[in-house]
Amino acid sequence: MSLRQRMTPYWLLAPGLLWLVIFFVIPMYYMGELSLKTGTVQTGYELTWAFSNYSDAVSQYSEQFIRSFWYAGVATVFCLLIGYPLAYAIAFKAGRWKNLMLFAVVAPFFTTYLIRTIAWKTILDDSSPVVSVLKFLGMAPDGHVLATSGAVIAGLTYNFLPFMVLPLFTALERLDERLLEAGKDLYASTAQTFFRITLPLTMPGIIAGILLTFIPAAGDYVNATFLGGTGQAMIGNVIQSKYLVVTDYSEAAALSFTLMAIILVALLVYIKFAGTEALMGEEEEAT
Amino acid sequence: MEGSPDQPPTDPEPDQAGEPAASAAGSGSGGVTLEGVTKQFGDFTAVHDMDLDIADGEFFTMLGPSGCGKTTTLRMIAGFEQPTTGKVLIDGSDVAGLPAYKRPTNTVFQSYALFPHMTLEENVGFGLKRQKVPKAEIKERVGRELERVGLSREAKRKPNQLSGGQQQRVALARALVNLPKVLLLDEPLGALDLKLRKGLQVQLKQIQRDVGITFVYVTHDQEEALTMSDRIAVMNEGKIEQCADPETVYDRPSSTFVAGFIGVSNLMPAVVRGPGEIEIADGPAVPTEDAKQFTTGEKCFAVVRPEKLTVSLPGNAPGDQPGVDGIVESSLYLGTSTQMAIKVADDVNMTVLVPNASEDARQHLPGGGAKVRLNWLPEHMHLVAESDPEEATSGPTPTDQITEGVN
Ligand SMILES: Nc1ncnc2c1ncn2[C@@H]1O[C@H](COP(=O)(O)OP(=O)(O)OP(=O)(O)O)[C@@H](O)[C@H]1O
Ligand SMILES: [Mg+2]
Repeated sequence: MSLRQRMTPYWLLAPGLLWLVIFFVIPMYYMGELSLKTGTVQTGYELTWAFSNYSDAVSQYSEQFIRSFWYAGVATVFCLLIGYPLAYAIAFKAGRWKNLMLFAVVAPFFTTYLIRTIAWKTILDDSSPVVSVLKFLGMAPDGHVLATSGAVIAGLTYNFLPFMVLPLFTALERLDERLLEAGKDLYASTAQTFFRITLPLTMPGIIAGILLTFIPAAGDYVNATFLGGTGQAMIGNVIQSKYLVVTDYSEAAALSFTLMAIILVALLVYIKFAGTEALMGEEEEAT
Repeated sequence: MEGSPDQPPTDPEPDQAGEPAASAAGSGSGGVTLEGVTKQFGDFTAVHDMDLDIADGEFFTMLGPSGCGKTTTLRMIAGFEQPTTGKVLIDGSDVAGLPAYKRPTNTVFQSYALFPHMTLEENVGFGLKRQKVPKAEIKERVGRELERVGLSREAKRKPNQLSGGQQQRVALARALVNLPKVLLLDEPLGALDLKLRKGLQVQLKQIQRDVGITFVYVTHDQEEALTMSDRIAVMNEGKIEQCADPETVYDRPSSTFVAGFIGVSNLMPAVVRGPGEIEIADGPAVPTEDAKQFTTGEKCFAVVRPEKLTVSLPGNAPGDQPGVDGIVESSLYLGTSTQMAIKVADDVNMTVLVPNASEDARQHLPGGGAKVRLNWLPEHMHLVAESDPEEATSGPTPTDQITEGVN
């Protein structure tokens, strides 16, 4: 009886674990092995512990790596700046429109990501009315918007905004409004109430939003493909072309692992600094 | 709405909380006035045309059943709700449009509303910090306040590591430490055990006297209200039924509702016989000045508090006092006294408190089923109108009515 009770959690975990093993652990293993092989598709691959794949990845494509993190970082900041007020408005000000507005945030998912990005290519085309207006306003000095960093960052911001808004909304929704009243009661102005109470208490949502936005944005290649030019290639574009165009599988795998490692390290550092402070309210144990 | 706590974060406004009027506690003039205040939520009226005049330094208590609008009234004074109609004045000036953080009030919230991400110390020091009180002073005052509520050892803990009663004490300390002109307390001792509650009652009263803070106090506990308050407002369904000092509210309730809400209601139906006399149903005629408030022939209720009644066997009854006959239904030993339930008529039940002066006297109390006579002194009897809840509050304000009745 008690043994069965103790085993229950493991049984409940089993399907998930199985799924992870089949679709995550095994592919990761093959990818890792592949990244250390040499050869071509025609001649086949051989495990030669070719760590040079990694050093090549970093030395040859450092520019794309840096650009990826730069674009993803800027897009994440924009998402936060747009997403926080939006989530705030939905959570506290929308009243009976709340569900409709939430739906509006998620609605773009009903069309595929690719189509939406291609649509932006049309919208930002040199001959489009949008660009004409921008030109008129002097905001497109070269006469075009496509194939600029701005276009790629705008695309990333647009595509990943919902991933920022949803966790922020959840955090804000959970916020007890009476705490804001208590803040006001204790002489905190609107701004002080926001920075002393709302912001710290919604930090878990901010962290989640940043992670959900930054990580996929850093590995993205669709926006750079359609909205950028050769000068806007991100690391995702490099990996994609290594696989599908050049068919240099080993190098592609090495690039992927490098990207993953950098994100993982950045994540740990981020959680260490932003995480503990923000989650302090919930997590800290009695002394 | 002005002062709503949820402006988007975009414009960090200049620090206007620098000099809230509150820091000057004890300087007096913390009176609160409500003029015809009505608060509606949709088509539901939570507070109905309320007039209140709370004097500076007064200990004012609002008492009433759940949902009668006590919290709503406090929230309008604090600035979290705007009255639908009417005016709120603090210190003589209209505070309409003044956001909560600029009002010289602090609130002890019914739900505590402690900041979960801050330690007790930080919670209690929050208001002082916003008022730019020097660090050393904050530390000292916070320490003193935590000591007062008996939580010095827990100063570094977070609210979620405290019991409900401890959290309530932090909420109290967090408001008190600011020494505002007006302190709004929404059932501040509700979660505490009797001993702690008594201790804090004494301390609150002391602080209120020493510093001269105006207290607007909400409680469910009528004994607490009677012992602590300078004045009590008994509320019902968004209206004030009676607003007077504790003795008056207790001895001369203005309506059957007040009589029933404060203490045990001993209501005997009666008819007014003339300007100075009533007749108790199935009982004697009793002379009373109270009858002047009624017209001859009007129906009313005679109220006598349980401890003012005497019980005796029919033969031994004092002949010079008015009285009614009844049958003892039950008898309950309460320690210092014995509580007897006596049935006078089909729907008239009276409660009597007989002090347990001696064991011998107690042994000789009539037992269950005994026929007894209840007597009282005419001056211990008070008349209330047969309410009709509608009527109880319209017309002249209860306060006026009661002052007329007092001689
Ligand atoms: N924001 C609101 N929206 C709608 N109705 C409300 C709102 N706030 C209060 N009410 C209603 O107003 C009435 C008075 O509420 P209030 O909180 O003032 O009662 P209370 O006297 O403090 O009761 P309690 O003793 O239970 O705390 C209640 O019927 C309540 O349902
Ligand atoms: Mg309440």
